[in-house]
Amino acid sequence: MLTKRIIPCLDVKKGQVVKGIKFRNHKIIGDPVELAKKYSDENADELVFYDIYSSVEDKSVSASWIENIAKNINIPFCVAGGITSREKASEILNSGADKISINTPALENPTLITNLAETFGSQCIVVGIDSFFNGTDYVVYAKTGSETTRYMTGMKTVDWLREAQDRGAGEVVLNCMNQDGVRKGYDIEQLNSIRDQCKVPLIASGGAGCISSFIDVFSKCSVDGALAASVFHNDTVKIEDLKQRLSENKIPVRI
Amino acid sequence: MIGIIDCGGANLKSLTYALERIKLKYRISKVWSDLSNSRALILPGVSAAGNVMSNIRKLALDDRIRDFNKPVLGICVGMQVLYEHSDEENKTCLGLIPGVVKKFSNPKLAIPHMGWNMVNFLTSEFEDCSGHFYFANSYHAPIDTYSLGYSEYGERFSAFVKQNNFYGVQFHPEKSSKLGEKFLTKFFEMA
Repeated sequence: MLTKRIIPCLDVKKGQVVKGIKFRNHKIIGDPVELAKKYSDENADELVFYDIYSSVEDKSVSASWIENIAKNINIPFCVAGGITSREKASEILNSGADKISINTPALENPTLITNLAETFGSQCIVVGIDSFFNGTDYVVYAKTGSETTRYMTGMKTVDWLREAQDRGAGEVVLNCMNQDGVRKGYDIEQLNSIRDQCKVPLIASGGAGCISSFIDVFSKCSVDGALAASVFHNDTVKIEDLKQRLSENKIPVRI
Repeated sequence: MIGIIDCGGANLKSLTYALERIKLKYRISKVWSDLSNSRALILPGVSAAGNVMSNIRKLALDDRIRDFNKPVLGICVGMQVLYEHSDEENKTCLGLIPGVVKKFSNPKLAIPHMGWNMVNFLTSEFEDCSGHFYFANSYHAPIDTYSLGYSEYGERFSAFVKQNNFYGVQFHPEKSSKLGEKFLTKFFEMA
């Protein structure tokens, strides 16, 4: 049986792993390679490196730290942030990343998804969606790496989700912004509302606060994986304990 | 020396770093004279069956691979192109293993099949490698007499296959943590 994936996300800013609350006040918490190795040794299923600085400042991730990560870990990892062209994507994949995740560049230029999927195959093209509940609808935000740059796109989340998959996205990470960094649990209602529309693997993101957040999201929604950052970085949740508890709750995990 | 056939598609680094971690020497090339003396070959496969096949043909490597009499290990799409035919872009493949590669058909399941799935090995040599391996595939090979290991996603499919000196794994051993490294070590000890 295919297991549910536990995915620590490392937000990288200028070569350091950082974490902010609701995308603000970024605090340095460590070195990407060291943290990557720690998580892969603890049995994380996959890692995501999100280069906040690249996306906001229009600069792209540097190939050298990606190569260092590829050398040091033996599980798949995805790189996100500022990937605006086939050339950049190729550089990152050729440095050893297994997947690339695109968010704002795809919103600004949707054919990028098509181009990347045709060139590299859907299986390595992840589309990240930052979704915000405005009281009426779930809507998509862009450039969420910084409060000064972020803006509402005017698109409904479900419409963008459909378009992204039609264009060849092989996986979707749905980041529920109302929940991000506040540790009150994943946005199960929203995830359930789009699950049927999502034919590719769906990864929950935003809101993990403790082990029960993960038990809840996997038992109440058929997501394929759950992504989290701070609960892992500050040791609130240890991956080994988490997987043990998930397994006790009959959720299939790799132990 | 292990030869890695460079038939396009990104991410040979994952593979080469994995081989380095288990201290195996390799050479990557698209030129047959660089590869012909290898003790074993790896046919990696990211991207699609169509891409991999047209690159193999462009490089005139199809007959060379067919005539190679030491172990050849196809990984993911590299395994799929060992079959006669792939439904992905309706491609005629190398025909080294009888059978057709088909798309997962259960409409309830997310495609691609992505993540860690249980592999049960059916051969005593690899029995102790049974466990979770990393997959990223939309197409799969059937269970038949060539299957040495299987996995399940809506239906059972071949995860490890062998016909003569041609082997294939549907999973990515190079990305499958310690178990993947154990599999690769074992495979190349045997090879």
